[in-house]
Amino acid sequence: MAGLAAKFGSGAMTNSVAEISDNKALLVIGSNTTENHPIIGLRMKEAVRNGAQLIVADPRRIPLVKFATLWLRHMPGTDSVLLNALMHVIIREGWEDRTFIEKRTEGFDAFAEGLKQFTPEFAENITGVPADDIVSAARIYATAENAGIYYAMGITQHSFGTNNVHAVGNLAMVTGNLGKHGAGVNPLRGQNNVQGCCDVGCLPTDLPGYQKVADAKVREKFGKAWGRTLSSEPGLTASEMTEKMLAGTLKGLYIFGENPALSDPNMNHSIKAFENLDLLVVQDIFLTETAELADVVLPSASFAEKEGTFTNSERRVQRVRIALDPPGQAQSDLAIIKQVYRRIDPEGVSENATAESVFNELTALWPAMAGMSYERLETEGLQWPCPTDDHPGTPYLHRESFAREGGKALFTVVPHVLSKELPDEQYPFVLTTGRQLFHYHTGTMTRRSTGLDKISPAPYIELNPEDAASLGIEDTGLLTVTSRRGSIRLKARVSGIVPPRVVFIPFHYKEAAANRLTIDAMDPISKIMEAKVCAVRLEK
Amino acid sequence: MISLTIDNQPVEVEAGATVLEAARKLRIDIPTLCHDSRLKPHGACRLCIVEIAGMPKPVTSCTTPATEKMVVTTQSAHLNRLRKTTVELLLSDHPNDCMICIGSGDCKLQELAYRFNLRGSRFRGKMRAHDRIDENPFVQRDQNKCVLCGLCVRVCEEIQGVGAIGYANRGFESKITPPFEKELSCEFCGQCIAVCPTGALSGKLWVGYPRQQGLEKTETTCSYCGCGCNLTLHTYGKSIAKVTSRQDNHNRGWLCVKGRFGYEFVTSNERLTTPLIRRQKGGSLEPASWEEALDLVASRLLDIKSKHGPDAVGGLASARCTNEEGYLFQKMFRAGIGTNNVDHCARY
Amino acid sequence: MSRKITVNVCMGTGGIAAGGSTVMEAFRQEFAEVGVDNARVVEKCRLHKVGCRGFCARDVLVDIAIDDQSWTYQYVDEKMVKRLVAEHILDNKPVEQWLVGDDYHTFHDNQEKIILGVLGHIDPESIDEYIGIGGYKAAEKVLATMTPQDTIEEIKRSGLRGRGGAGFPTGLKWSFCAANQADRRYIICNADEGDPGAFMDRSVIEGNPHAVIEGMIIGAYAIGADTGYIYIRAEYPLAVQRLKIALAAAKERGFLGKGICGSSFDLDLKIKLGAGAFVCGEETALIASIEGERGMPRAKPPFPANKGLWGKPTIINNVETLANIPPIINRGAEWFTSIGSEKSKGTKVIALTGKIRNTGLIEIPMGMPLKKIIYDIGGGIEGDRLFKAVQTGGPSGGCIPQQHIDLPVDYEGLKSVGSMMGSGGMVVLDETDCMVNIAKFFLTFTQEESCGKCVPCRIGTKRLLEILTRITEGEGKPSDLDLLQELAEDVRDASLCGLGMSAPNPVLSTLKYFRHEYEAHIFQKKCPAKVCSKLLTFYIRPDHCVGCGACKKACAVKAISGELKQVHQVDQALCIKCGSCFDACKFNAVIKE
Repeated sequence: MAGLAAKFGSGAMTNSVAEISDNKALLVIGSNTTENHPIIGLRMKEAVRNGAQLIVADPRRIPLVKFATLWLRHMPGTDSVLLNALMHVIIREGWEDRTFIEKRTEGFDAFAEGLKQFTPEFAENITGVPADDIVSAARIYATAENAGIYYAMGITQHSFGTNNVHAVGNLAMVTGNLGKHGAGVNPLRGQNNVQGCCDVGCLPTDLPGYQKVADAKVREKFGKAWGRTLSSEPGLTASEMTEKMLAGTLKGLYIFGENPALSDPNMNHSIKAFENLDLLVVQDIFLTETAELADVVLPSASFAEKEGTFTNSERRVQRVRIALDPPGQAQSDLAIIKQVYRRIDPEGVSENATAESVFNELTALWPAMAGMSYERLETEGLQWPCPTDDHPGTPYLHRESFAREGGKALFTVVPHVLSKELPDEQYPFVLTTGRQLFHYHTGTMTRRSTGLDKISPAPYIELNPEDAASLGIEDTGLLTVTSRRGSIRLKARVSGIVPPRVVFIPFHYKEAAANRLTIDAMDPISKIMEAKVCAVRLEK
Repeated sequence: MISLTIDNQPVEVEAGATVLEAARKLRIDIPTLCHDSRLKPHGACRLCIVEIAGMPKPVTSCTTPATEKMVVTTQSAHLNRLRKTTVELLLSDHPNDCMICIGSGDCKLQELAYRFNLRGSRFRGKMRAHDRIDENPFVQRDQNKCVLCGLCVRVCEEIQGVGAIGYANRGFESKITPPFEKELSCEFCGQCIAVCPTGALSGKLWVGYPRQQGLEKTETTCSYCGCGCNLTLHTYGKSIAKVTSRQDNHNRGWLCVKGRFGYEFVTSNERLTTPLIRRQKGGSLEPASWEEALDLVASRLLDIKSKHGPDAVGGLASARCTNEEGYLFQKMFRAGIGTNNVDHCARY
Repeated sequence: MSRKITVNVCMGTGGIAAGGSTVMEAFRQEFAEVGVDNARVVEKCRLHKVGCRGFCARDVLVDIAIDDQSWTYQYVDEKMVKRLVAEHILDNKPVEQWLVGDDYHTFHDNQEKIILGVLGHIDPESIDEYIGIGGYKAAEKVLATMTPQDTIEEIKRSGLRGRGGAGFPTGLKWSFCAANQADRRYIICNADEGDPGAFMDRSVIEGNPHAVIEGMIIGAYAIGADTGYIYIRAEYPLAVQRLKIALAAAKERGFLGKGICGSSFDLDLKIKLGAGAFVCGEETALIASIEGERGMPRAKPPFPANKGLWGKPTIINNVETLANIPPIINRGAEWFTSIGSEKSKGTKVIALTGKIRNTGLIEIPMGMPLKKIIYDIGGGIEGDRLFKAVQTGGPSGGCIPQQHIDLPVDYEGLKSVGSMMGSGGMVVLDETDCMVNIAKFFLTFTQEESCGKCVPCRIGTKRLLEILTRITEGEGKPSDLDLLQELAEDVRDASLCGLGMSAPNPVLSTLKYFRHEYEAHIFQKKCPAKVCSKLLTFYIRPDHCVGCGACKKACAVKAISGELKQVHQVDQALCIKCGSCFDACKFNAVIKE
């Protein structure tokens, strides 16, 4: 998010899901799309059926590999080296889009200089991807009429995730694959309303619509609208909050609809932090691992019991409607927040506020959503920017210019950085974590859906047959996995999906929570955790 | 553009469009059973046959490309007879137990029988008797109701790219089955259920709910991943009876296993139904009234603020909840408490 | 004195089945024993394996040719070889008693052989022998002197029509394919011969594979294909083997591969084995099968000539069609049009079988009257029974009754009486054949071979078969006649592919010409041909019964009673109508009605 915003002026999928099937080439990196974004995955398969060339870059043999023209199996944590090498080849072969670079970007020369060392041979050494495949991938991507890049947490969940995002953006810029149909740089959002949550200002540095807290004019605008003077003090990110809780300076925390006690990296650490609070309020639909630590638990409504809007990965704002009554005394999150808010400041929100009135308050403050209303969203969603009542919404961004000052996209030099914790003699395996098709996030919902849990009932660790043989472990045998931070025991799934010396654990299962092992290193800019690389040891 | 005439009405369509598409543009109703505009034409059910001037016999409109100056007739005694016979043949090998069929009311065969006024069939004879039982939590199969339209096979192959099922045997004994008749190994996206025109494929989770009467439909948006698929929740009383998705939306009616079948959590008996308060440190969470809980939250937050300043308080918003909720939450922290300590957990 | 001696042994599938290999080996051993070789006895004594000459009923057929004179022996086995060598080859005295008779000659003399002519004469595994009779001259001529357009025009002028069934003009089909804009085109030889009893394609490939390859080269050149497939069923191992040998040889001699015959034309031919599904003879199903899909037909249009294999323009021609191409190019379209009838030019290979004296593979000029085929070539009906009908066109064809015995056999003629040419099957039926049962027989086949894709064929043929079955079992109802007629018409008109469209033909044609037989089954509960066992009654004529007890002994269900030397009786309640008593009685005392 932060990475893309720095380059293009906004951080969201530049293009739409429907355009994917019109891509002539696709680079999918760090996204197990068919399992984590299955319906976006369908469009990718459709693109392949339409004749597009698909490059999949992933350490794991993810299901999408079956559809790929070319599979680059790079080692976890070497994404930016791989991407740099692709760009090295593109510039070496003269496949770059000179017109686009000259007219619509800045910083190219320094950037190109920075690519010099990233020869395919250099990259082969680090990533494990044959130099020839790097050249082929560069050719496929760069010579396609229009090509899209799709990525997810595999790119961002690194201690240098912002670097990776810069590299992805550079690649699209160097080939002119921006501001047009069926191309772009497309981060796939892991949760239903990550996009919306960021859009509406649930970010310590941003007010709604990415309007910066640091900007006095912005503070004045919102201060006026809200009738209060706003703090200029930048807020804490979630991970910084954990540190301040441990330090004792953050004393009260209000969490709704999330389960950080299970999803946080190095969760033992986070749990300690929560326990150190004076007040922990958790608002959720289940008594989650986090709620169990709370001082006050507020029962809320599920998506089927409330009204509002979600904004999906492609910036599409869509209605959510009430189908059922919430159970017992549970109330919608909006109703609960409203009542707390009114107790804190009766003028902050009207007693009669509805989802629609709050929506209207929001759209009045952010021009990109100014043209939206519940009425317009009645039958179908709209993609922002949608500035006026008659604006049809925007399928792809940056058609004319970028949202930075001067309107140009910025090339960034991406140096070669290593993951914080690499395997060594004591912890010889790389652990990478992620999701699988049948469960979602911390499993609070899917593990309570009987069918899903029946199909995928228990935690497991994927390891390569070669490693299984040397450990003397059979498929479904139990393994203890230990990192410097913790230890879990779970079943082995022996499979060629992972390469030798790399293991994978889905993080949905609290009984063997992968985040007891992960490292709480984070990206210095985006503050995203390094969930994709840490070192572990395996024992029978 | 291509100009043609259908039932004496002129129509223009894009090159490559089929006769069926052209007819639908004119809102001419041609019956179909094996057709789905999202899949490649198949031409198996033979119901969409039309007469085209210059062609010796009827052709299927779903597979025939429209050509310039084509003259098409969609209704005639002969076509009607052929369509009727085809439906009768299907009914002759169908249980026709609509009264107790899960597909009733959402069944194309039933509609066709009604349209052609067929209570029975002139062609009584042997009926297939499948006894396969599928052990899985989602897909319920009643193969005797299968009309071999091939939609499930095609959607699995063409859209999902999985190919979990295919055809076996020939002629009357043809059937649809996983390869080598093994256990179904699939992603359980349920796309096959969505396209099945009869009660042959249904959701196991649907059992126990009404089929049509008494169900309420609500259009909403899926709460799992960032795809944001449109869902239609079919609710009955306090429960979700089933989830479907309309074809005319951005996800084209396709869903994944979580979106289509992962809804039971909503009515889980583990749902929180009352506020809980831990009245003393180290104690347990105890039920409380909303008044008590809300007062406590507000007063404690204000208390911390007054003792340690607004930045001693923080909020973590949800990437799972609505825009409105997120907006009001951050506003409460910024304008109400006076801190920018508001973030969300979506980085994990 | 040195003589030129050639011994031809039939080594087609029929010949081999009758013992051709053993006979061949016996000749080889005998020659070695008596010292027949190049040095001592003769200038050239050649033992020669040749393809099928059509008269398989007489196999093993052996020709012994000495200088310019040739004799043919029938029913040869290995025990006869010693005498043939001693008397005929060494002493120059043909063994009269083993020679073929006049019927062998009338069988052949009434034929016109463009395709089959060389089958009994050249070694199919030798490309030199094919070249020796002018093989590959046509391909060379086309590549050196004709444009693709010229080639198509020549074939158009010849009036050649597809020999696989529908009779579509070959040249026209080629021109449709050539007219498409495409980066690739394909040519496919359909050798998926599926009609029961049909073996013309197999015989042609086994006997002269190079003719088919040459036809494909010319076709590929005409339409602009660089890749071709020969789709042949795996049940034809000998044909496959000979094709492989021929393809390798053609490649080695530069008739296939890059720059054929010094031109800039390239062609690669591949063999694709089919698994023997009847429906895979249908061209769109065949394409699906080559693509690795289940062999299910696809709707037409689009036709393969526009959108075929892998979505590219594709020509599919049958074996016999392709084998006709080289002679047409060599001898000219005018020559070809001089053979045959007005709209059906050239010849047709026919598998003649049924209740007829001479069965086998024949080739006739189009338009030859049925009567001539049955009586002159076929030698008339077996025994002294009465001709009833001839069924043409394979399992999807129709039955032609006595009244049309003068019908000219060509595409139009057969169609005009509700039958078809098909791939050329011809089954002669006599008074002992029940026409309802015949229809049931063919429906049993097509119903089982339906791919199951479209409703009318999948369920419709099943229901047709069920109605026929109940009629033959005496359960037929008066309304079944109309039901059968209507359903047959609807299946014909509504089915997706040729299989379903033509499967009702046996029903429709028998209903048309032999309705009285259906009525007898339904109303009188009788089978006039005395075939349908459930409708028969067996009884014993007291005036003929001598009381020998043979029938009583033969009866498995003890339905026959009677004392020795007394007249016996059948208990109709117990009789299961198996017919054992009828067969056992030597006095014609058991009667079935």
